[in-house]
Amino acid sequence: MSDRPLILAGLTLFVGLVTTPIWHGALDRKTALTAPPIKLPAQEKQCVAPTSYMRSSHMRLLEDWRNEAVRDGQRQFVAFNGKTYDKNPTRTCVTACHTDRKEFCGRCHDYAGVSDPDCWNCHNDSHQASRSAP
Amino acid sequence: MKITRKDFLRLSGLGLLALAGKKAVRAVGERSFASSSPPKKRVRWGMAIDLQKCRQKDGCDRCIKACHSTHNVPQFADRAHEIKWIWKEPFKNVFPAAQTGYTREFFGDLPVLLLCNHCDDPPCQDVCPVDATWKRDNGVVTIDFHRCIGCRYCMAACPYGARSFNWQDPRPAIAMVNPDFPTRTRGVVEKCNFCEERLARGQGPACAESCEEKAIVSGDLEKPDSEVRQVLRSRFAVQRKPELGTGPSVYYIV
Repeated sequence: MSDRPLILAGLTLFVGLVTTPIWHGALDRKTALTAPPIKLPAQEKQCVAPTSYMRSSHMRLLEDWRNEAVRDGQRQFVAFNGKTYDKNPTRTCVTACHTDRKEFCGRCHDYAGVSDPDCWNCHNDSHQASRSAP
Repeated sequence: MKITRKDFLRLSGLGLLALAGKKAVRAVGERSFASSSPPKKRVRWGMAIDLQKCRQKDGCDRCIKACHSTHNVPQFADRAHEIKWIWKEPFKNVFPAAQTGYTREFFGDLPVLLLCNHCDDPPCQDVCPVDATWKRDNGVVTIDFHRCIGCRYCMAACPYGARSFNWQDPRPAIAMVNPDFPTRTRGVVEKCNFCEERLARGQGPACAESCEEKAIVSGDLEKPDSEVRQVLRSRFAVQRKPELGTGPSVYYIV
C-alpha cells in the first residue's frame, strides 16, 4: 500500500503522454480546427463551380479539364450557371481570379498537409504572366 | 393456372421467334442508317516547304523565332541540352540519298528547314509505353506532357530526330515566357506540335504565318482543293525518308 503515490504519479504521467496529441492540438493556435483564412478574388464572386464543390473536388475538376482538353481537344467548359470558360489554369484560374496562388491554394494545401502540386512547374502562374508582359 | 407441357413448348417457341424477329428488324434498321450517313471525313494537317523561297533571304530565321517565342522553347548554350522544335540542317544530311556528286556542289550545304513530320503512321506512338504521344484525329502527333515519363523510347524510334529531352528545368533558359503556352519541366520529351493550340482557335501554324516569302504552306492533305494540295499538285515535292513507310506530312519542294 505504500506504493500508492508512486503508482498514481506513474499513471498520471502515462495518461498525460498518451493524450499529448489532443492537448497539444488544443493549446497550439497554429493547428486550429477552423479552415485557414484564404485570399479570395477581389472582383469575381462566382467560381466555375459552387464553392462547396470546389472545396471538396477542385482536384477532380482540374484533372477532368486536363484530360478533356489535352486528350480529346475539348477546350470549353460550360459551368453550372451556363457561363463558358476556357479549360485553362493560367488564364481562367490564376491570372483572372486567384492572382496570388500562394495565398489561395498554398494556405489550404499547407493546412491539409498536401505537398505542393507540380502544376506550376509547367503552367504559367500570374507571376510569370505579368513578368513577361511588355 | 396449370400449364401443360405442350403449351410450355409452344410459348417458348413463340418467344424465341419474337426475339429473332426483333434482332432482324434492328439489324436491318442499323444497316439502312449506316448507309444514309456519310463516312466521317478525315482531316490530316500537312505542310509544304518551298526550299527555293526559304533560301531567298540569307540567314532568315523568322519562322524559328516565331515558333520558339510562341511555345516557350528554351535556348541552351550547351548543344547536349538543345531543345528542337523547328531547326535547320544542311541539305546533304537531310537528303543523303537524293543527290549526285554534282548536286552536292550546289545543294550540299544549303540549309533545309526541319520539324516533326507528323507521320501518318508515327513510330513514336507505337513505342510509347504510357500512351503519352499519339496522333490526333486531325493528323497532328502530340505529346501529353502530363503523362510523359521521360523514358525517351520515342526519341529512339523517331527516324527524323524531331524529339528533344529536357535534361534540366527549361524555365531559366526561356528569355520571355509566353503565358498562353505552358513551359515544360525537367524529364519530359517535347517536339513541334503543329501549333495544335492555334489550329483549335482557327489560326495556322506560327512558322507559316511568320514567313514573309510564303515558303511554308500548310493545310489539310485530305482535302483535294486545299492550298497545300494545290501546291503539291503543281510542283515536284519530296518527303524525308519515305522508304520507311511512316508517311511524313511535311513535303519539301526542292
